[in-house]
Amino acid sequence: MKRTTTVIIGAGQSGLAFSKQLADRSIDHVLIERGEVANSWRKERWDSLRLLTPNWQSRLPAYAYDGNDPDGYMNMAEVIRFLQGYADFTGAPVETDTNVIAVRASDGGYVVTTDRGVWRCTSVVLATGACNVATVPKTARNLPDNIKSITPMDYRGPDQLDDGGVMVVGASATGVQLAREIQASGRQVTLSVGEHVRVPRLYRGRDIKWWMDTTGMMDLRYDEVDDIRRARRLPSLQLVGTPEHITLDLNALRGAGAGIVGRLAGLGNTKVQFSGSLANQCALADLKMNRLLDTIDEWITANGMERDFGAGYRFAATRLDPEPCLALDLADRGIKTVLWATGYRPDYSWLEVPVFDRKGRVRHDGGVVDAPGMYLMGLPFLRRRKSSFIDGVGDDARDLADHLCTRLHSAAA
Amino acid sequence: MSQTTTQTATTEVNNGVNVEALLGAREALDAAPEAAQFKWRTTCEWVNGTHSRSTISSFFGLGAEQSRDRTFSVESDHPEVFAAEDNAATPVEIVLSGLASCLTAGVAAVGQHRGIQLHSVKATVEGDMDIQGILGIDDEVRNGFGTIRVHFEIDADATDDEIKALVAQSQKRSAVFDIITNPTNVVVTAN
Ligand SMILES: Cc1cc2nc3c(=O)[nH]c(=O)nc-3n(C[C@H](O)[C@H](O)[C@H](O)COP(=O)(O)OP(=O)(O)OC[C@H]3O[C@@H](n4cnc5c(N)ncnc54)[C@H](O)[C@@H]3O)c2cc1C
Repeated sequence: MKRTTTVIIGAGQSGLAFSKQLADRSIDHVLIERGEVANSWRKERWDSLRLLTPNWQSRLPAYAYDGNDPDGYMNMAEVIRFLQGYADFTGAPVETDTNVIAVRASDGGYVVTTDRGVWRCTSVVLATGACNVATVPKTARNLPDNIKSITPMDYRGPDQLDDGGVMVVGASATGVQLAREIQASGRQVTLSVGEHVRVPRLYRGRDIKWWMDTTGMMDLRYDEVDDIRRARRLPSLQLVGTPEHITLDLNALRGAGAGIVGRLAGLGNTKVQFSGSLANQCALADLKMNRLLDTIDEWITANGMERDFGAGYRFAATRLDPEPCLALDLADRGIKTVLWATGYRPDYSWLEVPVFDRKGRVRHDGGVVDAPGMYLMGLPFLRRRKSSFIDGVGDDARDLADHLCTRLHSAAA
Repeated sequence: MSQTTTQTATTEVNNGVNVEALLGAREALDAAPEAAQFKWRTTCEWVNGTHSRSTISSFFGLGAEQSRDRTFSVESDHPEVFAAEDNAATPVEIVLSGLASCLTAGVAAVGQHRGIQLHSVKATVEGDMDIQGILGIDDEVRNGFGTIRVHFEIDADATDDEIKALVAQSQKRSAVFDIITNPTNVVVTAN
């Protein structure tokens, strides 16, 4: 059995940022990674994906993008290079190709069992990612065999799909991006839309991510939010990173020829039903977008910066069909594939410590897990609105490493 | 980008909704989801023709039978154009009023929570129905409503967008809105 103070599981940005914080505090640790550094970006993303955060926002402790296109969006090769570069720069002690199969509590510490040996440690950091598994609604089981079911985890590009129509379920970042590229490939897309968050790519001449960062929205802490449970469940923003900085909302998809239908409400064989709530979902999203833009306008006014940016404006309301489609037959419509862009969830099947709530989520307070010496990283709104983003893990890692360090010293004292 | 600082009720705002109690219940039920399992009931007896009378009293919730001091009664009939006596509203009109009442209650509650004082709220509801469906004239026509339109006239201490957001949020949290916009499993047995 090997010994170390802290085992960090996962070498994505979360684990790497944490490792840097521990190294800075001279805390002995190891990073265990089932694949290579940035494994999720190497193995679990579709080919055309670019970050929806601009290059300048790829910032990690003591390391940031320094290329000549700060407003562009990285493709996957660039993200992998960026994260590998960080691992090289920090000299993170990564054990690659090592899969954690169990974490158990033992003697006031933890035993981490991998397929390449066992580690004993006093603290453990769960940095295994928020998006390990694609969530698919139960009704997916009712789909007949002759219609293919696919998740974004298996999707690489439209060429892999059968010819014929595609129903994309879910209209957050993943759903709208895939709907766009599949529609452009000549396959008719029907996009099923539930709750979503609409934002423009650019507003008053700046990237929406720049506004959210500059106005301090991304730094909002988990203990300052009115309803943190709701904030953590909020779907991702409808955004895509393209060299043209296009806005990808439902109006744009409709303009490209995609059919827009309500939330998937029922599925039995080839018959599908959609909720009649689409108009309200769109109204909620339009109103919320306008509140965000109001906040930006108010910030500009409060800072006396009207002259620096063009005048404020608003976007056209989401267009709706006068008679929305409430039901369709997949076979009649020639739909051959259903793509479930219905979200992701973490996988803690290897975590054998009783830290789960009744919904299988890890109980934690801003990343300090309800088990001594255990920490969590990278989940939506873990400590801040930015926690799940590349730009957010630095601050969280610093806070949690401080906590870990204090605990270590009080144990030693 | 959720609303980060939802205003909580200030003392001046009073829509007659006890938001603290509702938030307390939400907190308590999150910890004890069994208590959140409710059963709503009604008993309907045929009077004559298309005229019937429903009585509503007990329900199940918070882990126990809940009884009320009173029993409510809702009658229903069909109008004369259906060769009926028009003793009361039709069932479909009761459904529409159920939707309107549910959304209106939501407007009051959300308004209270957001610190918006309401002065008046009026919902006008209209549902389109092609009765070729219920009469069995055309199988392709459904029995139920085609489109239902709800129009709210709200006088409140709030901006236009805040009022729109109130109405949108009340739909999001409405039971009857969900019942009408989504399929429901209905099990009917006899004797
Ligand atoms: C489609 C998509 C697009 C995104 N776009 C952006 C964006 O534009 N900008 C942005 O800032 N964020 C984006 N994100 C969010 C976030 O940055 C990523 O999810 C990112 O991968 C999270 O980093 P992480 O280090 O927390 O987790 P991950 O990158 O998932 O890293 C976890 C690591 O743990 C390893 N691991 C898991 N289980 C085990 C185990 N049992 N044993 C050993 N190793 C294990 C994995 O192999 C992986 O390498 C996106 C997410 C998705 C899904």
